[in-house]
Amino acid sequence: MTINEKLIREVIEEVLKDFNMEGKTEAIPVTQTARQAVIPSSSKGLEIIESGSAAIGTRKDEVVIAVAAAFGVHQTKTIVGLPHTEVLREIIAGIEEEGISARLIRVYHTSDVGFVAHQAAKFSGSGIGIGIQSKGTTVIHQKDLPPLSNLELFPQAPLLDPETYRSIGKNAAKYAKGESPNPVPTKNDQMARPKYQAIAALLHIKETEHVDRSKKPTALQVKFN
Amino acid sequence: MKSKRFQVLSERPVNQDGFVAEWPEVGLVAMSGPNDPKPSIRIERGIVVELDGKKREEFDFIDTFIADYAINLEKAEEAMSIDSNEFARMLVDINVPREKIIPLSTAMTPAKLCDVVKDMNVVELMMALQKMRARKTPSNQCHVTNLKDNPVQIAADAAEAALRGFDEQETTVGIVRYAPFNALGLLVGAQTGRGGILTQCSVEEATELEMGMRGLTCYAETVSVYGTEPVFVDGDDTPFSKAFLASAYASRGLKMRFTSGTGSEVQMGYAEGKSMLYLEARCIFVTKGAGSQGLQNGSISCIGVPGGVPSGIRAVLAENLFTTMMDMEVASGNDQTFSHSDIRRTARTLMQMLPGTDFIFSGYSATPNYDNMFAGSNFDAEDFDDYNVLQRDLKVDGGLRPVSEDEVVAIRNKAARAIQVVFEGLGLPAITDQEVEAATYAHGSNDMPDRNVVEDLRAADDMMKRGITGIDIVKALSKGGFDDVAQSVLNMLKQRVSGDYLHTSAIIDKDWKIVSAVNDLNDYQGPGTGYRMSDARWEEIKAIPRAIRPEDVN
Repeated sequence: MTINEKLIREVIEEVLKDFNMEGKTEAIPVTQTARQAVIPSSSKGLEIIESGSAAIGTRKDEVVIAVAAAFGVHQTKTIVGLPHTEVLREIIAGIEEEGISARLIRVYHTSDVGFVAHQAAKFSGSGIGIGIQSKGTTVIHQKDLPPLSNLELFPQAPLLDPETYRSIGKNAAKYAKGESPNPVPTKNDQMARPKYQAIAALLHIKETEHVDRSKKPTALQVKFN
Repeated sequence: MKSKRFQVLSERPVNQDGFVAEWPEVGLVAMSGPNDPKPSIRIERGIVVELDGKKREEFDFIDTFIADYAINLEKAEEAMSIDSNEFARMLVDINVPREKIIPLSTAMTPAKLCDVVKDMNVVELMMALQKMRARKTPSNQCHVTNLKDNPVQIAADAAEAALRGFDEQETTVGIVRYAPFNALGLLVGAQTGRGGILTQCSVEEATELEMGMRGLTCYAETVSVYGTEPVFVDGDDTPFSKAFLASAYASRGLKMRFTSGTGSEVQMGYAEGKSMLYLEARCIFVTKGAGSQGLQNGSISCIGVPGGVPSGIRAVLAENLFTTMMDMEVASGNDQTFSHSDIRRTARTLMQMLPGTDFIFSGYSATPNYDNMFAGSNFDAEDFDDYNVLQRDLKVDGGLRPVSEDEVVAIRNKAARAIQVVFEGLGLPAITDQEVEAATYAHGSNDMPDRNVVEDLRAADDMMKRGITGIDIVKALSKGGFDDVAQSVLNMLKQRVSGDYLHTSAIIDKDWKIVSAVNDLNDYQGPGTGYRMSDARWEEIKAIPRAIRPEDVN
């Protein structure tokens, strides 16, 4: 299918403008709402291949990204409809922009994002990892920190847009290089909870149904078509 | 055609809220779930061999912990044999005092408590809560945080919050590594506002404990427990590790309470098909068994989950009641954004405000909600006047008082200057006069200049490495000319030695007297008994600045 995504987005943004949506979408930038409208429910353009057990990295110049059990397979977009394809593409691009390489694993034994991220950090040659849940919640972690601590935490998934995911990738890469970057600006929408929490519970229940406590992290190959 | 009526309704704030239908099989049900166990207990040779329909060999570690540590076994058979509806009536009956209820309610099982409240409506639950809360005098707690983790603003907001009447104050962070500065700003600001305010900084448990031991905080609250084993395990914890942590605080003379709340298990995907209230009852028993004096509950950060299902807010009220029935302090929630609708959020808060609890809010946002780093509270700084008027309309003591602009500006300025000298004395990145000025008049962090975050974080880390303690803060304050604030910080450190504030429901009043369930036990037995506000307190609540005095009108 060769529809010009940019064109579609422009059209939808025009339509949304007509509906006067801009003023009301503080929590969700308009561009994101637009994407939500065009992307079909299955995550087209993302191919995830599992290739056996994940290995502990030895390269100092890598950041490991760990995705939770349902990511990209049983669930394919975040709580606000951002496709997982795009989440991964932005994070990986952010990491690579800093001259660091990204490696993907999937964590099965827990769906707690703090532990998923800590697992990523423990598998990472640089000791820096990123954990992502299917609903979009993300953590940057370092292997020597306690699991429930973190370098940076992005708890409000409805506020995470492609730009934020790219910045998360960039910052993780900078930590891997031993720098002390300015943390990605924290967003806060106090009304995200009443709007999304019950739905977040549903999504998390559905992710957790795929947790396998006895299964070790697997290595992932990702192709963007 | 579309109905214009429905168009208008669809745009109302309440329709921004998320609602979901019940799904009992995964635990998405507030109370009385179809899979909740029937209450039972069987004791053989002093050991519980059956609890709520489960045999000892089938116990998970929560069942074991509850059976071995949380139930008063001497009275268990007697308490469990009382008809649940009969016991519900005793809870509501003004002629049955709290002291008659406690020996029985602490001898029941989690499923029994659920069975007792299943036929109680919210008015009856409120009547029970009014009688059962431990401390006679109700109180209130606030959140003091900001989007930039600006320590000067934290100090100023803490001082104002103290003036407004909050007896406990809690902060947390946007960026974890800022924690020592936030704790420091809160401590100095609160003690400037009023000596004796208890402060805490909610972060990862080990850091929180260390800051408490250093004297940067006065108590802890974020010791979380859960109602199913997998959720505990997900947090790398067990009831035993939490009990160990509770002992660590006690051994250093630090006040501490646990945290739990309906909806956390289903939110984390491991509700095992049980109702939110039943799982919360298990948390309350674990808290009791671990020896904690109190509990923060009322769904807390998961409020959107019970808030999204039928009878959820009734379940939240019931869980607060359970905590008091276990003879513990309750900090009763209302601390998280719950609804877009002002009508809904007010109704939710009246459940605790009208009967009164040990802390009606376990975090009223003393800042505007955009600065609230607990992701927003049910009431915020912009609701101060509404809240004061509610107290005045209903003659209810909600713990706050009207204040004048002049006194607020003065105390904010003093707190900002106090934290300025502390930063100087401890060799931390300088606080400029411009920052002091901004914090004095600020509403929120939008009104504050930016600080050098990287430099601050490095200094905060270094401050912990250097082993800075409360005594260093006392010295810096005294050297900087703030002897009164220095004395207050020192007095807070002395509490660690005397330990008086470790009693159930303890707060410290302006004269440094402990007010707790020991010397201020709730003795409610109907009209004219229990907590009645003093004449002085009523005059204070009545005196909102905007009330027109008859003598001023010609």
